[in-house]
Amino acid sequence: MSQSRFQRWFDLKGWSALLIGAPYIWLLVWFLLPFLIVVAMSVATNTPTAPPFSFGGEHPWVNWEPFSRVLTDGLYLRAFLTSVVNAFVAMIFCLLLGYPMALGLTRVSTNWRNILLMLVILPFWTSFLLRVYAWMGLMGKNSWFNGLLTDSWNFLVPMSWAMKSVPMMHTNFAVVLVMVYTYLPFMILPLYASLERLDPTLDEAAMDLGSRPYQVFWDVTLPQSIPGIVAGGMLVFIPAAGELVIPSLVGNAAQPMIGKIIQDEFGQARDWPMASAVAVALLILMVIPTMIYSHYQAKAERLK
Amino acid sequence: MSAPDVEPFLRIEGVSKSFGTFQAVKNVNLSVSKGEIFALLGGSGCGKTTLLRMLAGFEEPTSGQIFLDGRDMANVPPWQRPVHMMFQSYALFPHMTVAANVGYGLKHEKSLSKEGRAARVAEMLDLVQLTQFAHRKPHQISGGQRQRVALARALARQPKLLLLDEPLAALDKKLREHTQFELMSIQERTGVTFIVVTHDQEEAMTLSDRIAVMDKGEVKQIGSPTEIYEFPQSKFVAGFIGSVNSFEARVISRDKGHLRLDVPALGGEILARDVAGAAEGQKVSLAVRPEKMRITKDRPDTPNAVAGHVKDLAYFGKDSLYRVILPGGLVQAHAVNARRGDEGAFMADWDDEVWVSFDPSSAIVLVD
Repeated sequence: MSQSRFQRWFDLKGWSALLIGAPYIWLLVWFLLPFLIVVAMSVATNTPTAPPFSFGGEHPWVNWEPFSRVLTDGLYLRAFLTSVVNAFVAMIFCLLLGYPMALGLTRVSTNWRNILLMLVILPFWTSFLLRVYAWMGLMGKNSWFNGLLTDSWNFLVPMSWAMKSVPMMHTNFAVVLVMVYTYLPFMILPLYASLERLDPTLDEAAMDLGSRPYQVFWDVTLPQSIPGIVAGGMLVFIPAAGELVIPSLVGNAAQPMIGKIIQDEFGQARDWPMASAVAVALLILMVIPTMIYSHYQAKAERLK
Repeated sequence: MSAPDVEPFLRIEGVSKSFGTFQAVKNVNLSVSKGEIFALLGGSGCGKTTLLRMLAGFEEPTSGQIFLDGRDMANVPPWQRPVHMMFQSYALFPHMTVAANVGYGLKHEKSLSKEGRAARVAEMLDLVQLTQFAHRKPHQISGGQRQRVALARALARQPKLLLLDEPLAALDKKLREHTQFELMSIQERTGVTFIVVTHDQEEAMTLSDRIAVMDKGEVKQIGSPTEIYEFPQSKFVAGFIGSVNSFEARVISRDKGHLRLDVPALGGEILARDVAGAAEGQKVSLAVRPEKMRITKDRPDTPNAVAGHVKDLAYFGKDSLYRVILPGGLVQAHAVNARRGDEGAFMADWDDEVWVSFDPSSAIVLVD
């Protein structure tokens, strides 16, 4: 009897529970548990053991030292600042470049739209590292690209400002440039998704009521695409702030970004608690704006 | 309407519009006087919406000219035309409140102060009785209220011409009737010239002073609702507006303001109203509206009477629809049930032998 009752419950509700539960179980096992391990590690004590941390000894339960160093040591604060500034600038440029592209995508015929959307995604088909190396080649002192920029610069400015080459490699400029190039599709796609949903008759209505096309954009298109701007902005900002590969390859080693710090603490320094504390701090830094946004988003949804 | 030598308020002259090889509007000529409610009536794809979009400035005519209040509208962009449109979907800005929607066009009125704008918005909201909803967003009000916001928004800048694209199509039946009268009263109070596009003949008939019936990009007939209904000039107009019994006929003779027709389907000769262009021996169509058909038990004293028997009867309450088999075919007759239930009154029933008759003045001859 109980067997058949379970069977009945399973037939009615079990499948949907399984379907809804699967992603949660996945996130629990592969994200939440590892994250809790990192959190635990961040309050452990660094010891010359394997693995290189332990609980007990000098700080029997909780060792706050890694966190206090994150908040007081200039190295970490500067790295956070560099990361946030680089990621923010990259996000702004992605927005300025991506918005017209996304808007253009909504205004062309369906055939062109599919081709252009393909082109947006096309760079993903080649290796990410290969693309970064290509930029390193372009930015290097002896490249034709750098030569072209140098010649134009020397042509336009007084002799005393002339340069042998434009210093691009190993600067924050290079980091931002490559991040914009890499993350642009993550800005274009959510923007396109939100712009594509807009009703073109609203543009006509605004025009009909006396607005010129640029006023229509400010009054009607832009305010309605804010959710797309926020989504695209977060998709660019969050991974860009934690970026490791791009700053290591093209960035300024004297101004490391936070990803590099985490790698160095885990690797060379073998200070796992310190690395974990930085990682947890980074996550908190990223989660707060996301939570604020989804709070307002949910509030706006409830009003509908 | 207006005196013939006076320039009409809106003049559409030989306007055509093609999209590629498809001709959406073909050589339309129309004049509309100031303060009129003018309807463009037709089925989907008849070109009425394209014509409306040309008036709003969203499309440029391929050929022909549009004059509004004496001014040529060619190359005048939509944002400079004193013409506002109420869209079929209402096209309210979802991110703005009702008041902001209504006031949107007013920000382009440089002569108006901030207070003046607020006063105009309040006046418009009062006109459509939405004052208490001023701070709601469009998704927080009902469909009928949205329709009124759209109307208030289009009227706020006091346009010379208001274009209404299927203004009642999205409303349910009860609300439609109410809104129809409201639209008419608002038009009367504001004095703005209305051009209404609709596929609904009843809507066109009740709302408008004059109607242009369109088919396949052409204007088939222009006239008052009565003219269009009682004196259609083509089979298309007769069939599109209301229902009609249509028969093949041949003109026998023309005398004393009447046409004598041979109508095989009605078993012989029929007298009909004279029309221009009908010649003896010509093949024509005879159209009679179902409600002009009378059903009686005995032969009535009128020239147009045919015997038949009732095949079908649909009782609607206030009226009934009969389908009567005549020697040459089937006709429909619509009768008001004013006396059904009265003692002694004749009311035809299934399989009754009856006489179907109609007045010569109700018999419309269509030459085309």
